[in-house]
Amino acid sequence: MDMWNLLELAAWGASALFGLFIVIDWIRTDSTYSEEILMSSREGELEAMTEESHRG
Amino acid sequence: MAQTDTTEHVGLARVLGPAHVWALGVGIVLVGEYMGWNFAVGKGGAYAALMACWFAGILYTCVAMIDSEVTSTVAAAGGQYTQAKHIVGPLMAFNVGLYLVFAYTMLEAANAITVGFLVDTVATMSGHEGGLDQRPFIILSIMFLAWLNYRGVLATLTFNLVITAIAFTAIIILFLSTSGILGMGEMNHAALMSGQAAMPYGWLGVLAAMHFGLWYYLGIEGTTQAAEEVRSPARALPFGTLAGVMTLAIAATLTWYVCAGLMPWEYLGQSGVPLFDAARLSGSTFLMVLLGIGTLFATLASANGCINDASRAWFAMGRDKYLPGWFGAVHPKYRTPYRAIIFLVPIALIFALGAPLDQVITFSILSGLLEYTFMPLNIILFRRKWPLDTIKRGYEHPFHPLPAMVLLGLCGLAFFAVFLGYGTQLVAMIVFYIVVSLWFHFWRYRFVNRGAQFTMPWPKPRGY
Repeated sequence: MDMWNLLELAAWGASALFGLFIVIDWIRTDSTYSEEILMSSREGELEAMTEESHRG
Repeated sequence: MAQTDTTEHVGLARVLGPAHVWALGVGIVLVGEYMGWNFAVGKGGAYAALMACWFAGILYTCVAMIDSEVTSTVAAAGGQYTQAKHIVGPLMAFNVGLYLVFAYTMLEAANAITVGFLVDTVATMSGHEGGLDQRPFIILSIMFLAWLNYRGVLATLTFNLVITAIAFTAIIILFLSTSGILGMGEMNHAALMSGQAAMPYGWLGVLAAMHFGLWYYLGIEGTTQAAEEVRSPARALPFGTLAGVMTLAIAATLTWYVCAGLMPWEYLGQSGVPLFDAARLSGSTFLMVLLGIGTLFATLASANGCINDASRAWFAMGRDKYLPGWFGAVHPKYRTPYRAIIFLVPIALIFALGAPLDQVITFSILSGLLEYTFMPLNIILFRRKWPLDTIKRGYEHPFHPLPAMVLLGLCGLAFFAVFLGYGTQLVAMIVFYIVVSLWFHFWRYRFVNRGAQFTMPWPKPRGY
């Protein structure tokens, strides 16, 4: 087993860790906050031309 | 369920500046300079690739100008999807949203496949025998970048800024080192591009080269997806997008110049990593390592930007209920569209591990081309419904409607070029979009938030 075989194993392990972090945080977030808060984003709340979107 | 005391309302974080917009746009595209563009040389020779580079440059300058005007006014996540929703109508918006998600997710998968190939190449060059299992490296690149995107947009695009700047600098250094500006010149354009080698397939070859000429710039329009996360959309989006297309025009021309001056067209047209091969031919170990790193960084930057953009488009469609509303959630701590990011990970993995690279790339290009075809229609309707004196734009593009007409004409040319090489895929994809359009019209549209989807405080469109 050379360095590249070890790197293969390390890549499998790191992939699993990143995936695990995402899934655990996802479950924790969904169970901590209500859907109302998670879905409270609204488009255009602070869009580009808030101050002067109309001319004249 | 615990409620947060301070967060009554959660939206995407407005933390980005013009440099991040530049990094998003150029980061997605620069990999096209490191690989892919050179298949244009295989289609029609080096001159054909240069003409394709310039034609595509005009096409994308039109794209950047049109995009800059519209998106500096429609400053919301979803980019062209949100533009289509406000300017054209729901069915167009649904289709454009899908073009975006498919173009970016397929490109992400193609980049991940390339990372696996690059690691395998380095292993072979370092003396490793028996081949390498590329899968863990393909999966790692997708999982790491998904994690980064999940954790926050500022870190994600700052990372992109650094690695994109390194990859771009590597091209400049290669050009300076091989062109004779620093040290001995190694270019041999006259011998490599004369006689039969000038235009081996004539003007038809030039036309066929257009397909891969798109690679020099494909994805720059992705800057619009940052619209809801930049601090000053009216300034940062036009600045970042136009600076991006200029950067790419420079990088594309330098790349062509270096590669066409070092390699015969028969070889260059089939090379997997042309800039890296050019560095190897220079005989400099430093350049070889630098361009190797540049290739890897450009690939990662592209995949990173693609995750960012595809997830914003998917999120925006979920928020409007064009797709299940569940996808419209924002992470209360990281302020990212986390469910959209998570959902697209397995899709990217399936394509990266199970589909051939050329098919994945073709699907990405075709979706992008359909998106560009929508843009002229979009800007013409935008100017007609809301003329310049009715809405203040962050940027007003010049010579309207000339850029729109040029873009439409070049899109027609590019469709014909794609049809020459990938007619079956083109027809299959158009059939796919017709089927999903029927599904949206007859079923999904009943769930859409019809009253809430028009959010811009604009006056009534002229004529309505």
